[in-house]
Amino acid sequence: MSLLTERTNNDVALSSTTTAPQSPEPRVTTGSKVRAWMGTWWVLIPLAVLVAWALLPGLFTGSDPITGVPQEKLSAPSMAHPFGTDHLGRDVYARVVHGTSQTLMTAGLACLIGSVVGSVLGLLAATAGRFADSAAMRFVDMVLAIPAFLIALILVTATEPGPFSLGLGVGIASIAAFARLVRTEVLRVRARDFVQAALMSGGGYFSVLRRHILPHVIGPVLALLAVDLGAAILAISGLGFLGFGSPPPTPEWGLLVSEGRQYLTVAWWLTTLPGLVIVAAVMLTATLGRAISKTFRF
Amino acid sequence: MGGYIAKRIGQALLVILLAYTAVFLAVQALPNDPVTIFLSADSSADPATIAQMKAYYGYDQPLIVQYLNQLGGLITGDLGYSLSSGSAVSTRIGEVIGSTLILAGSAFVLAIALAVLLTAAASLTRNSTVRKALLNLPPLMISIPVFWLGLVLLQILAVQLGVMSLFPDGSPLALAVPIIVLAIHLSAPIAQVLIKSVQEVNQQPFVDVLRAKGASESWIFYRHTLKNAAPSALSIAGITVGTLLAGSVITETVFARAGLGQLVLQAVTVQDIPLMQGLVLLTAVAFTAVNLLVDLIHPKLDPRIITAHAGSPRALVA
Repeated sequence: MSLLTERTNNDVALSSTTTAPQSPEPRVTTGSKVRAWMGTWWVLIPLAVLVAWALLPGLFTGSDPITGVPQEKLSAPSMAHPFGTDHLGRDVYARVVHGTSQTLMTAGLACLIGSVVGSVLGLLAATAGRFADSAAMRFVDMVLAIPAFLIALILVTATEPGPFSLGLGVGIASIAAFARLVRTEVLRVRARDFVQAALMSGGGYFSVLRRHILPHVIGPVLALLAVDLGAAILAISGLGFLGFGSPPPTPEWGLLVSEGRQYLTVAWWLTTLPGLVIVAAVMLTATLGRAISKTFRF
Repeated sequence: MGGYIAKRIGQALLVILLAYTAVFLAVQALPNDPVTIFLSADSSADPATIAQMKAYYGYDQPLIVQYLNQLGGLITGDLGYSLSSGSAVSTRIGEVIGSTLILAGSAFVLAIALAVLLTAAASLTRNSTVRKALLNLPPLMISIPVFWLGLVLLQILAVQLGVMSLFPDGSPLALAVPIIVLAIHLSAPIAQVLIKSVQEVNQQPFVDVLRAKGASESWIFYRHTLKNAAPSALSIAGITVGTLLAGSVITETVFARAGLGQLVLQAVTVQDIPLMQGLVLLTAVAFTAVNLLVDLIHPKLDPRIITAHAGSPRALVA
């Protein structure tokens, strides 16, 4: 049975060159289609809100994130200030919304570095011979041996705190995960019959890689990318909390929690509510990762 | 067996050597040498002072001499001198490492216990709602930032209930809370892998045989499933040692504990590169040592690793 399904998958993969294999869906009404889509992909809606926070923060809040109203300092969450205000009377919700772009951009930079360099490394390891394989894997072992956190800190020590050095540091640390995943996936796909067939019928290295191997690898990589984005948000807010991100008064999620720390005894909302946004964002990316891997069924 | 052990030890040494080389090269790739960077904030430092200090710490020697000197130092446990205090890096680390080891070690053990407990509860419960809730716990636990959980617990326990102090006062709660905070974050990935591999083991025919001969579910779980599922969870536990260190630094900051965390933050703030280098190497050695230990325990749990897989046993989870 498993042999049979594998053959069918291969046939589908051979016939579709540009898109990933999709199982033919039975005839269904639009309503149930939408419901089925929502069942898996509802997570895209709150994530779209987060992206909108990052791109157009002004649409979601009228308050200024940098200058506050001193008379309203340290007021508890209310209708006017859903997340309350801080010691300078700044609206915390506005600071969270305006801080989204900072946190997401740094995390995005980290993911971009990690996924691109890691994928290339994994691809080389799996296809460019034994020497490249062991060289790349020893490099990965070495990156794994130094915690992500310290790689970022070395860069921050040597240069200066800021989103770029943070993103670079966290990105270098996530190279290892991508390299390992891509290597495993490529090795798995490479052994399949249709790849051998493509090679035997005269396909070159790059064309077989692009047309037959990469479409099978892209799903797991996208899933890891979503999970990695969450991990990067966690790492970056943690480093921001320690004070190695953008300097105040720039709103950044980790920095917001850290600023609220001094007012722990009088204003619980300063630490609790921005932190909940971080938890929500990381959970959403993890859910997206699961939705992607379910769709690609690997 | 002997060949396997020798190979693993060789690989571990190679990884440490590579990590050392990478850190050394990264420091060389900086636009300035460590002394110049360290003194860059100090406007009273003139070129003569910088040159004198460079000569004193050996940064004026040819690269290959520096490389071999520092490597020799690493082997004998000498990690160079901290620029900010002038004392040996190994002394500064030795002063504070005890506190961090207690925190990180207890959290690591507790994290493994939590993961096993969670997996056992999720596997043995008959109530499907409870099981679903338990299975959703690890993804939640992994999404909660350590610093936030720590602050929220401090807020509740110290400010609202007043049962603990905001600063460490040696009370049992002041030690237990940081350990729990760190363990919760750490146990999530271990629990995720353990649950997945328990589910895989449960699908194997031998479990049906055990059930058919009348073994109870808990007997099957503790005597057979857990034992078969342990190796992959153990590998992940080894890999979380890196997260453990980062988590310790943040936990120590939140709970105002003395330890390596303080030292790391200080090294970054005053740009003390030799101190930072020492801390990174120490971490790399600790990480590699724990993973070597994991690899050496592996064949005891699953002898097939040596016979079937000639390569690294971690290829199983990669």
